[in-house]
Amino acid sequence: MTSIGTGYDLSASTYSPDGRIFQVEYASKAVENSGTCLGFRCKDGVVLAVEKLVQSKLLVPGSNKRIATADRHIGIATAGLLADTRHLVNRAREEAQSYRDLYRAPIPAKMIADRLGQYVQAYTLYSSVRPFGVSTILATVDKTGPQMYMIEPSGIYYGFYGCAIGKGRQVAKTEIEKLKLAEMTCREVVKDAARIIHLVHDDVKDKDFELEMSWILDSTMTHEFVPKDVADEAEQLAKASLNDDMDED
Amino acid sequence: MAVQYADGVIIGADSRTTTGSYIANRVTDKLTKVHDLVFCCRSGSAADTQAVADMVHYYLQLYAVQEGERPPVKIAANLFRELCYTNKDGLSAGIIVAGWDQYEGPSVYTIPLGGSIHKQPFSIGGSGSTYIYGYCDAAYKEGMTRDEAITFTKNSIALAMSRDGSSGGVIRLAIIDKTGVERIFVPGNQLPRFWEG
Repeated sequence: MTSIGTGYDLSASTYSPDGRIFQVEYASKAVENSGTCLGFRCKDGVVLAVEKLVQSKLLVPGSNKRIATADRHIGIATAGLLADTRHLVNRAREEAQSYRDLYRAPIPAKMIADRLGQYVQAYTLYSSVRPFGVSTILATVDKTGPQMYMIEPSGIYYGFYGCAIGKGRQVAKTEIEKLKLAEMTCREVVKDAARIIHLVHDDVKDKDFELEMSWILDSTMTHEFVPKDVADEAEQLAKASLNDDMDED
Repeated sequence: MAVQYADGVIIGADSRTTTGSYIANRVTDKLTKVHDLVFCCRSGSAADTQAVADMVHYYLQLYAVQEGERPPVKIAANLFRELCYTNKDGLSAGIIVAGWDQYEGPSVYTIPLGGSIHKQPFSIGGSGSTYIYGYCDAAYKEGMTRDEAITFTKNSIALAMSRDGSSGGVIRLAIIDKTGVERIFVPGNQLPRFWEG
């Protein structure tokens, strides 16, 4: 951490002499330490999966969800600070609604990604605010088909076929690269999503987690949590495949 | 008026603009372009409808730049609706929106006085339209060819012009399909003629 003590990391409105903005990099650190979050763009839709680390056994199961719906056709999954997520989701809902008010049509994927990207970027410009401590995976279906974008704390965003953020991203990315997403259906991908989340989960450092999975199908154009029976089946298969791996070792 | 046919839409209007009993313009063009393939027919207050069409024209240019594609007719019509509905107390504007887009092909929307929106296969509006509802309902056929649709539009407008004192002059037509827009001009001495008593 060469930045510490230099004074260049005190504000998001100050560059370091080599042209970096340390506050933005610190925000990325908040993302890297969060539970893993995956996105898959496949043939007939987009699948989101999140490893939600459970802070306390006293919490009601299903609380503090990390996958949210911004409009009927927009799903948002995040890694990082949950409070920042909520704020960003609220903004996404406002943007989606204002587009609907004006055009009476659902906001296209690149449009919502661009507007959220601009919003996140604005928080890297001023000394009075801190950048967002979240990376956001945006899953949408529009008239051109399934789309997925990932927005980083700097405000930069790219379109992806598969992406992974949070603690287990490195392992998860290599696993996702093995999949032929363009030929797979959401139904198939859900199983891999559950498997990868279980695979990257570190049960030594983090004790308990809940698996959250949602999808947007091309056919319904609606973002919804994966039905319980499908999700349960995927999770059982995931656990079984992990046990098989253990036996081989 | 506006009529959908198989590959496109025909829109047409007379050319009379009045201030009371005085004809302010006898060769008005009431067919207003709001984007490449989206037109509107304006009726009611010329000032109001011009202002609204200008605003929609601006919004559609913005839309085309931001989205990188031509705006669908539905989106244009809803912009008109939004403006007409939110300002319903101050406006007197009856607008027909028609055009062609890659998603729905040819389509016609009508936005009457209160700011409601209706998708129709064909639509008539303005002072003269009341005289020709019966003719239009009787003569309209589904899936007309281009030439049939042109004749239907031309005859309807000519009949309205002959009965309605606030309509007259020439007929202006525009044919919009995916290839572009063709304009047709029918001079006042070459209008289709029917029984005149």
